Amino acid sequence: MSVTHTPDREPKVTAELAAEHGLKPDEYASMLESVGRTPTLTELGIYSVMWSEHCSYKSSRVWLKKLPTTAPWVICGPGENAGVIDIGDGQAAIFKMESHNHPSFIEPYQGAATGVGGILRDVFTMGARPVANLNALRFGEPANPKTRHLVAGVVAGIGGYGNCVGVPTVGGETNFHKAYNGNCLVNAMTVGVAQTDKIFYSKAAGVGKPVVYVGSKTGRDGIHGATMSSAEFTEDSEAKRPTVQVGDPFTEKLLIEACLELMATDAIVAIQDMGAAGLTSSSVEMAGKGGLGIDLDLDAVPQREAGMTPYEIMLSESQERMLMILEPGREEEAKRIFDKWELDFAVIGKLTDNGRMVIRMHGHTWCDVELAPLFDKAPLYNRPTEPTPPQAEIAAAEAPLKASARDTLLALLGTPDLASRRWIWEQYDSQVGADTMIGPGGDAALVRVHGTPKALAMTTDCTPRYCYADPVRGGAQAVAEAYRNIITVGALPLAITDNMNFGNPEKPRIMGQFAGCIEGMAEACRVLDFPVVSGNVSLYNETNGEGILPTPAIGGVGLLTDSTLAIGSGFKAEGDVVLLLGETKGHVGQSLYLREVHGREEGAPPPVDLAAERRAGDLVRGLIEARKLTACHDLADGGLAVGLAEMALRGKKGVALTGLEAADAGLLFGEDQGRYLVTAAAGDVAAVTDAAKAAGVPVTTLGTVGGDAIAGLGGGALALADLREAHEGWLPGYMAGDA
Amino acid sequence: MKSAVIVFPGSNCERDIAVALEQVSGHKTFHAWHRDTDLPEVDVIAVPGGFSYGDYLRCGAMAANSPVMRVVKERAAKGVKVIGVCNGFQILTEAGLLPGALIRNQSLKYICKTVDLKVENTDSAFTRHYTPGQHIGIPVGHGEGNYVADEETLKRLEGDGRVAFRYTDANGVVNAAGNPNGATNNIAGIFNETRTVLGMMPHPERAFDPQHGNTDGRALFTSLLESLS
Amino acid sequence: MKAKVTVTLKHGVLDPQGKAIGHALQTLGFDGVGEVRQGKLIELELEETDAAKAKAAVEAMCQRLLANTVIENYAIELV
Repeated sequence: MSVTHTPDREPKVTAELAAEHGLKPDEYASMLESVGRTPTLTELGIYSVMWSEHCSYKSSRVWLKKLPTTAPWVICGPGENAGVIDIGDGQAAIFKMESHNHPSFIEPYQGAATGVGGILRDVFTMGARPVANLNALRFGEPANPKTRHLVAGVVAGIGGYGNCVGVPTVGGETNFHKAYNGNCLVNAMTVGVAQTDKIFYSKAAGVGKPVVYVGSKTGRDGIHGATMSSAEFTEDSEAKRPTVQVGDPFTEKLLIEACLELMATDAIVAIQDMGAAGLTSSSVEMAGKGGLGIDLDLDAVPQREAGMTPYEIMLSESQERMLMILEPGREEEAKRIFDKWELDFAVIGKLTDNGRMVIRMHGHTWCDVELAPLFDKAPLYNRPTEPTPPQAEIAAAEAPLKASARDTLLALLGTPDLASRRWIWEQYDSQVGADTMIGPGGDAALVRVHGTPKALAMTTDCTPRYCYADPVRGGAQAVAEAYRNIITVGALPLAITDNMNFGNPEKPRIMGQFAGCIEGMAEACRVLDFPVVSGNVSLYNETNGEGILPTPAIGGVGLLTDSTLAIGSGFKAEGDVVLLLGETKGHVGQSLYLREVHGREEGAPPPVDLAAERRAGDLVRGLIEARKLTACHDLADGGLAVGLAEMALRGKKGVALTGLEAADAGLLFGEDQGRYLVTAAAGDVAAVTDAAKAAGVPVTTLGTVGGDAIAGLGGGALALADLREAHEGWLPGYMAGDA
Repeated sequence: MKSAVIVFPGSNCERDIAVALEQVSGHKTFHAWHRDTDLPEVDVIAVPGGFSYGDYLRCGAMAANSPVMRVVKERAAKGVKVIGVCNGFQILTEAGLLPGALIRNQSLKYICKTVDLKVENTDSAFTRHYTPGQHIGIPVGHGEGNYVADEETLKRLEGDGRVAFRYTDANGVVNAAGNPNGATNNIAGIFNETRTVLGMMPHPERAFDPQHGNTDGRALFTSLLESLS
Repeated sequence: MKAKVTVTLKHGVLDPQGKAIGHALQTLGFDGVGEVRQGKLIELELEETDAAKAKAAVEAMCQRLLANTVIENYAIELV
């Protein structure tokens, strides 16, 4: 038998112990002042996680405020579990993206799997049935010995979890860069659909109402995950392995069904998932938002292991658990639902009016502190920033083609950042739900809103090398690219979620990157009417002083009210005319061409003319609405030639180009923004051209769809079969250990 | 045509197949829970895809032992049509309604993509709207779809025309290149002796609607409708 | 009483996981490894104290659920 844990068996809290919990000396002093005495170990644990970067956003809060978060269609912006937008007919889309970077680096399968589980809970907590998952992944350079293992584990983990819960994984992006050698990024996004009159929030109300725990039992998983994910990696981080949580997607699936079943009643006052910092953050946030206190009886918490201490129970990050406040008298009805789904259900406390957090167990009181300071006295830093010096513009003439355009294109399509991601997305169930219209491998994914004519478009985007060279331009570009991708399928871009992945914010240059990206994003959000409704910040992505590229991953969501309007990004029919919309100046700075062909990762990234973006976006959407286009693809990494190749590969049709025989690298591979490649039936070309001219968007006719090669580039025709081999071959070959 | 779909904890394609059944038949599909000990009178029972019991122990093993499966076996014995898709196929083999077993894909990876299939036998309530040897494309999504059976069982399946679908390459040729999971003889779907029970790894309900970009699965449901009404 | 049930794929049934492990061992330089078969170990805590009865009960569990005798063999060890 284990000995019952008593307060006198706990270590005394000291400044050193506080430091081990990640509290800086001034933060500990502030805590002492709030508590008014030496805290208990449990109290220290609670303070340390609530005041961690992960929970308090202490370095980023001042900057995040600068992002536009409202629009007539925004129902709920940042601050809740996820953002909520109105999609008409009494329905809402609820979505968010969240990082699980550090856990995924340490244990890729479980780290990625629990990342998916966590973001799913954020969305169904609010009353939405999850309808799609996406992700944004960044790994170190392929030659790094850890990369292959991380890719394999992360992809298997995302699939293992998402496939089992029955939510299709419909899109995402993956980059490789040496800056991520020591810190991979795993950002997971979930989109759900709810009724606007059945949205659930985390704000508790009603003194005396029961606090209910549902889901899996609590074990010693992930203790101090929240503080770990807010600390820079050092050599000994690998020893922290036991703190990584293990996911159980089967239980999550049951939890989704049980929660949605209970949500169909009116028994729930408030609900919150137990994510980072588990029971601590969920109870503090719910009671705190309601301006109430909370009494918890930890003896009632379902426990998986014997002899757990209050400290361990409060800080456990066991997965697949939720906390809710029920209407009194509804406990039996709720319990029946959870019994049906074979999940634990326990009343573990009640709301109080004294504004305190009181925790009891084994007849002792382990925590009795005022609740408010846990969130409103959390440290707030306005850290010094240092701007990134502007990079020189690089003229296309400085970077001439080294081989024929044909051969250059063939080589580029087989490079790590442009090669097909099929090896990844074929491991994800992208079709469960039978509402996926466009899955992975398109520009934006398109998923029908079940049983309606509507569809939701979604995408994740960011070009970290642009952000590193010029954070403001890079931030704007990430938002603009998400906007463009949503436009290509015909949808109206509505809102974004952001996942801000950066290095150590205590370094002014890093904080300057953060501030710059926010500035660029904010401007793009304003001009494009594309507000931020949810987000997540992951800082300290550094290993031994080496930071990642600034990576503000953007998850965009748009609405297509008539899903029959949707078009894809592959060439559709022989004889269709290919047109380029938008202005091409031939910007080679920071292009993949410059990096891969000339070995130069240099220069200023392409400028983003937001007004032009808006004009081009409105034009393209209007043309799709008028059914004048047969396919549409946005131009991004690799520029025009790569865009043409992608359309040909996706549509399994070639193209005969005109006027590009002698084109230079800037025209073919420059990464100018605000551009779309579209196709139209021959009879509609005049209408498209006229509309473009009327909208003030430059338009160029490039050629005609047909054949089985890309013909008309310098160096001769490039057979699709050869192109496909290069494009599809790299990743499987690399993962098999051949590259 | 009246239908029921069986829901186990962890099933996740029950709605998808119900939508297909409802759209062709015009009748609401009954959703049965794994603990149910009775079912309404129906003409077809669908055992859907998903991860019943999390695929723990063995795919389909625990679902095969649930109370509702006793009823499914009784109905199958009376000739009620039973279709198991993906995890449903695994459950039907575990329950002994179909021979053989489905083990881990040879690649060891989950695979989701549209595969090429050859319709091997159109003389069944499930396949009559296909033409013999028809080359179709239907999506799969599974980690354990590698069909195995002992020599004698295979001989009987092949000899009695009980192979419903076989994986092929893009040109419709049955070969190793077209085999997504290592299944013996490229078997993608099989019938029971009376061809009233069908198990298949591909998901016909995911190739049903024009908005799926492919409607090659639709004929399976219209076949059922014609057979059963 | 505790029972350990070892479940393995029958001989003749291809074991893709075992094959992958064998291949990995080879690449790591472990020569001289023949066929590799992966199975699973299931531990059961039993209230039964009579070994014969316990064995019979576990035997029934294996037949009914723990193993699929179409493709798997099992072995029971009481400890």
